[in-house]
Amino acid sequence: MSNSKQQLADSLRDHFGDRLVSVNLEYKEITAVVTVENYVDVATELRDNPDFDFKQLVDLSGVDYSQFGQAEWQTDDASRSGFSRGVDAATSTGRLQFGDELESLSEVGSRFAVSCHFLSYSNNSRLRLKLFAPDDNFPVVPTITEVWNVADWYEREAFDLFGILFSGHPDLRRILTDYGFVGHPFRKDFPLVGHVEMRYDPEKERVVYEPVTIEARVLVPKVIRQDHRYIADEQDEANGDA
Amino acid sequence: MPEIKNYTLNFGPQHPAAHGVLRLVLEMDGEVIERADPHIGLLHRGTEKLAETKPYNQSIGYMDRLDYVSMMCNEHGYVMAIEKLLELDIPERAKYIRVMFDEITRILNHLMWIGTHALDVGAMTMFLYAFREREDLMDLYEAVSGTRMHATYYRPGGVARDLPDTMPQHQENRWRSKKEAARLNENRQGSLLDFTEDFTRRFPGYVDEYETLLTDNRIWKQRTVDIGVVSEERAYQLGFTGPMLRGSGVEWDLRKKQPYEVYDRMDFDIPVGTNGDCYDRYLVRIEEMRQSNHIIKQCIDWLRQNPGIIMTENHKVAPPRREEIKADMEGLIHHFKLFTEGYTLPAGEVYTAIEHPKGELGVYLISDGSNKPYRLKVRAPGFAHLSAMNEMATGHMLADVVAIIGTQDIVFGEIDR
Repeated sequence: MSNSKQQLADSLRDHFGDRLVSVNLEYKEITAVVTVENYVDVATELRDNPDFDFKQLVDLSGVDYSQFGQAEWQTDDASRSGFSRGVDAATSTGRLQFGDELESLSEVGSRFAVSCHFLSYSNNSRLRLKLFAPDDNFPVVPTITEVWNVADWYEREAFDLFGILFSGHPDLRRILTDYGFVGHPFRKDFPLVGHVEMRYDPEKERVVYEPVTIEARVLVPKVIRQDHRYIADEQDEANGDA
Repeated sequence: MPEIKNYTLNFGPQHPAAHGVLRLVLEMDGEVIERADPHIGLLHRGTEKLAETKPYNQSIGYMDRLDYVSMMCNEHGYVMAIEKLLELDIPERAKYIRVMFDEITRILNHLMWIGTHALDVGAMTMFLYAFREREDLMDLYEAVSGTRMHATYYRPGGVARDLPDTMPQHQENRWRSKKEAARLNENRQGSLLDFTEDFTRRFPGYVDEYETLLTDNRIWKQRTVDIGVVSEERAYQLGFTGPMLRGSGVEWDLRKKQPYEVYDRMDFDIPVGTNGDCYDRYLVRIEEMRQSNHIIKQCIDWLRQNPGIIMTENHKVAPPRREEIKADMEGLIHHFKLFTEGYTLPAGEVYTAIEHPKGELGVYLISDGSNKPYRLKVRAPGFAHLSAMNEMATGHMLADVVAIIGTQDIVFGEIDR
């Protein structure tokens, strides 16, 4: 199984050359990264070339990488304060309040990614194709609705939740959020509790929207441990039992 | 004579045949659909975002609430993604238990589907029959996890606990006489496996009952044959998976083609349709119920002969046993760390797919090395199916829209997430 995956990764490298930024095989899955310019061409070829024959687009999703690798509680050195320090420190998306600004640490042009999963029935193989939107403030990538029609709703979802624009999409409307919703809720700088809450106002005799009254609360801080202590095979890499 | 114009019809979200909270905006020419525009998201709860702010184990319960008629299958996709990133192997017995409950869930889901689909099309009886059997399966859920629906039974590393030796009993009460309770308890005297086996013996007969009611029923055929036809080529383009794809004649089942857990040791067949219409998809699902029943039997036989552990002994992921917590200091530390901080996953991304009753349920998990998912995306089969609504319904009558919603097996928990 992993042999055929290695073969597929090699043939992807041979066939597309520098049209793919990178191809790697991790956790028995192939991830290919492509630039915005080559995206549609590569996708079309992946579908039509019998060597690849990716007849189906299984999934397409947006990703916001702006907080990737940021933890709330230090684990590298011993700390003098307790675990609860992580709970109080308001840094992550879970406990943002209305009006809070989140500082992004990621590099320009690497915040928003679109990740597609393809499935080939004839070769029984899967592939993940990823691309990064070049502009963080105005992320635009081309659409692949012409290549796979199912991309229509997936792209609408990525637009709705992440604000990624798909140029050439026939009908780029919001899909999951409410009519008239403001913002893109799955962005890491969007608070988990949201911005507005709604209730029925008996005096106005209609539903009204008001700023949220609930308080953001996260019980467990986000912790990153680099020691891979849970993987038995990599015990030699672990530098001490935490 | 009055002038005939196109008009727009609002179908749902408060419509019994809309299977939850579907709002369909239909452009009609007389009684013929010209364009169908589904408006979804009325049940959007932001499950994926909620999961991003919680340790991994705390989100298993959310997975039950995605597709709330096939609960354990959703959990399965999620825990498999975690196990893949951890490169964790689970005990053999847990694999068999998972396969057995996946198939029980498949029957649960298909019973719900056939009941509501037939009810929408006009066959009231089916609904009552299907829910009679669902009751037994819900009891299995309850016996093993304590709840009838949202089980949270699968855990990274195995399952929450072993199959119980006794089944809960019906009690005598104001509405149920002693005699009636005794009759209901008759097949509940043994263990959970005994009760399941009893069910698998009865179930083929029940499926025959459904088939006598529907398969050759003239009205049922009039309502489903040649309705919502999707060719093989279009099925690929529209992202169909599961019974929807097999109904269009593609022999593809992840349990066979990319087997997970112990499906490669199971003997079962994949039913495939030929015409790609609602009737073929009906036949495919009926046969799937029989095949699931067959798989459950094989699991029961194996589980009877092979007692063993049901959870990994790796206490960095799974909590130690109660005695160990009390007696062993390391056990106490493990327990404390697991329930305050959780476990961290190595950085990386995985996509796991399982053959969910509705199609391919994929879980795309990105980890940045922390104790919470960085991004969790659930690839819901129903989402892709519903997006094909426009193409499937165009040119059909209004009443056929109901049959098409039924055949797509729509559940909003998973579509809106």
